[in-house]
Amino acid sequence: MTTRVGVITFPGSLDDKDAARAVRRAGGEAVPLWHADRDLHGVDAVILPGGFSYGDYLRCGAIARFAPVMTELVPAARAGLPVLGICNGFQILCEAHLLPGALTRNSGLRFVSKDVRLRMESTATPWTRQFAAGQEITVVLKSGEGAYMAGPVTLAELGARGLVVARYAGANPNGSAAGIAGICNEAGNVVGLMPHPEHAIDALTGPSADGLGFFASVLLAAERT
Amino acid sequence: MARVVVDVMLKPEIHDPQGEAIASACRRLGFGQILGVRQGKRFELEIGGSADDAVMARIAELAAELLANPVIEEFEIRAP
Repeated sequence: MTTRVGVITFPGSLDDKDAARAVRRAGGEAVPLWHADRDLHGVDAVILPGGFSYGDYLRCGAIARFAPVMTELVPAARAGLPVLGICNGFQILCEAHLLPGALTRNSGLRFVSKDVRLRMESTATPWTRQFAAGQEITVVLKSGEGAYMAGPVTLAELGARGLVVARYAGANPNGSAAGIAGICNEAGNVVGLMPHPEHAIDALTGPSADGLGFFASVLLAAERT
Repeated sequence: MARVVVDVMLKPEIHDPQGEAIASACRRLGFGQILGVRQGKRFELEIGGSADDAVMARIAELAAELLANPVIEEFEIRAP
């Protein structure tokens, strides 16, 4: 049976179409999920895509967190459903307290839109098991509030428990604490990533096809369970 | 009807690049004595009825849940 990966569209989501295309390119079935629908339609995994949900009003992700679909997603994520939040999706997962910390304004104030190299640090999540630990990949960073922040205790715990999924391999592009580009929860099933793997699935239209590994990983994870 | 004000500020230890940009603009305008700026948000809530202790306690819950992100921000509530 084909693995079904849901992609939630919030008002202001931008990258839902690219995320769905990445799922299909990896060999899965992309299932559109709607913010106002309290139903995950039995999907095997969920992606919260990038964009500017609710216009980034109040704080990025602060209003999307209370969307009706989130009342289903939060308990499912706590029960082990693989969830990947990309960019605004990462912000929503932090606001929903599914991931620790917060994303704040880039230290240089500018919106950053460029290709970045990431060093993969955890391959123990359902979204990263196709990568090798320490592998460097090239994907796209495009965000104005992408600086990851957390208290010193949380940062130390993330590092000590292997919950940092990826770090920026080159110069820190946005002032993220400890160069963090992505993290996961204690169970590993919920992953937040500030750069966009869904924009790097084909060398024709992106900087590489490295991003495909996230989507191929979750299909592999679903097949094994 | 009552009005309740909620002020939200970044915690002191959280870097505020907007505040720094504003501070440097202040200095360019000749206000050299301004050493630092922190930018925050102010919410004015119109309340039906009076802002009694129970209402203020509910607003404190709302501030912690929605208006502020306690990971990076702190808030103050007052009924002016």
